[in-house]
Amino acid sequence: MKILTVAFKNLQRKKIRTFLTIGGVAIAVAVLVSLMGFDTGYQKSLTNDIDKMGYQVLVTAKGCPYEAATLMLKGGGGLRYMEQSVFDKIAKDPRIERISPQLAATEFDKDRQNGQGGIILYMGVSNSYLELKPWSKFKSGQWFSSDDADEVIIGYEAAELEQRVAGDQIFIPNLNKVLKVVGIFERTGTQDDGIMFIPLATAQRIFDLPGKLTGIGIKLKDIGSLGDFEESLYNEPGIQVISMAQVKGTIFNLVSSSKVMTNSVAIIAILIAVIGVVNTILMSVFERTKEIGVMKAIGASRLDIFHIIWLETTLICVLGGFFGEIIAILGTSLVEHIIRQTLPYAPAGKLVIITPVLLLGSFLGAVIMGLIAGIYPAFRASSMRPVEAIRSGD
Amino acid sequence: MVNILIKADRISKIYTLFAEEIKAIKDLDLEIRQGEFIAIMGPSGSGKTTLLDILGCLDKVSTGKLNVLDHDVSAFKESSLVKIRRVNMGFVFQEFLLIPTLTALENVVLPLLFSGLPQEHSKAVSLLERVGLGHRINHLPRELSGGERQRVAIARALVTTPKILFADEPTGNLDTKSGQQIFDIFKELNQKDDLTIVLTTHNYKLGLQARRIMFLKDGCIVSREESSLFV
Repeated sequence: MKILTVAFKNLQRKKIRTFLTIGGVAIAVAVLVSLMGFDTGYQKSLTNDIDKMGYQVLVTAKGCPYEAATLMLKGGGGLRYMEQSVFDKIAKDPRIERISPQLAATEFDKDRQNGQGGIILYMGVSNSYLELKPWSKFKSGQWFSSDDADEVIIGYEAAELEQRVAGDQIFIPNLNKVLKVVGIFERTGTQDDGIMFIPLATAQRIFDLPGKLTGIGIKLKDIGSLGDFEESLYNEPGIQVISMAQVKGTIFNLVSSSKVMTNSVAIIAILIAVIGVVNTILMSVFERTKEIGVMKAIGASRLDIFHIIWLETTLICVLGGFFGEIIAILGTSLVEHIIRQTLPYAPAGKLVIITPVLLLGSFLGAVIMGLIAGIYPAFRASSMRPVEAIRSGD
Repeated sequence: MVNILIKADRISKIYTLFAEEIKAIKDLDLEIRQGEFIAIMGPSGSGKTTLLDILGCLDKVSTGKLNVLDHDVSAFKESSLVKIRRVNMGFVFQEFLLIPTLTALENVVLPLLFSGLPQEHSKAVSLLERVGLGHRINHLPRELSGGERQRVAIARALVTTPKILFADEPTGNLDTKSGQQIFDIFKELNQKDDLTIVLTTHNYKLGLQARRIMFLKDGCIVSREESSLFV
């Protein structure tokens, strides 16, 4: 028989209490793993999302939101426009490999999101769009029949959401305009999945923005010339140049404030779990005062008693950590679902990524938590004097 | 020359309760020799249990000199007392005090775990057999009767082959028949194994069966006599 056996058997004494305490630790660990997994996952998918925009530089009118996240946060408003002449000028630059003009416009559709209403993002694009994003494939249908057709190609998710197939007619109530669905893109895992694409000229016409653009996506021949290229554009009036590296930074900043909140939640959950463990073990120590006394009488040293109680605490935390990780792994999709419902903008792809390193780290964290939580109860138990303990309650 | 195991020289035990000093044991002299079977008797509050705790190195004396197995334990701390206890002394308590989550066998093996002695299961089993529980070694304490539990406690007390067995009111929670059975085990251990036994009881019928009887009153020994009933 080992000390561990004694500790383990004691945990089986009050099964419900042990179960609840383990549950508390498990929930704390699950919260921790999910949040940290979200951290990793969100950054990764966001990076992926932005890399897959296909351009390294975006030129927009000054003050114009430059990606879907900001646009959605601003409620679809705040768009600024620049003249198409800017595009013609920049396009002559020899350092450019590909360039694609675009005109973003938003429409509020009161029927979206089960009647809550939502914003639909229309993007006017030219034929060069596909050159910039060679991975875009059609799930069905094809590219616009002409540069000025009243046609629309729908991103994968938008099509799913609206239940659209090629050949459908889409009515834009505010404009009193009907567009024909000619194609649906495959899933790209980027924000493009949620966008309705229309020919640039059509967009300029129906939204009454002749000769206007909101952005120009640019891919350079040599990424090394990015700095020089950006500098050369600073002289152009009324535009701003955004490199995608900057965009990432902006979004991460946006997310980091909410990260502070969620991390605090995780820390509080862990604190509560630790207090719960200490409380449970302490209670069980006091209930067993006589037993501890008798163990001392028959030869247990202070260290033996300390060991038993410390092991009990650690066992609870080890089991809690183990089950917490299982809960976190099983709960990934639920957490993803909730985040997608809550966040105004969530990148495509896996939002919660649980890596082996994360699992190992949080497991070790739980063990350390057990070791720390166990110190005080173990100390109390080991300090009991045998006679007083045995005769207690008489 | 008979070996003296314990020698107490004017020992006292003083408690402080609500700033008032209570002398549970008063300047008591005592010798316990190898092979003795002593019953400490007396009314409640006479200091029986306190005396037993002190002789068993579970508690410390306040004044006086106590020599246990050639150690002057008067000034010993708990960390030193436990070393003397774990290999030399066995304890049996009125409330049995078995660990409820461990089986009879595991309870008996437990002192070996703490003492760092080899955990010979055969020894534990043969002790359980000796107290008549060979068929219940894997039962939990709650599945045993009071008398059976006390027998497990006796086996537990014997597993380290102690020199002295201390029993505090060992029959106090048992009916007359079980009480006598437990007492018979003590008598047999004393006679056959020459085990020194010190117990407290306020059951005269049983107490008088010990070899030596000590009457305690207000922390003092008021009479010491050899029993005529000891067979």
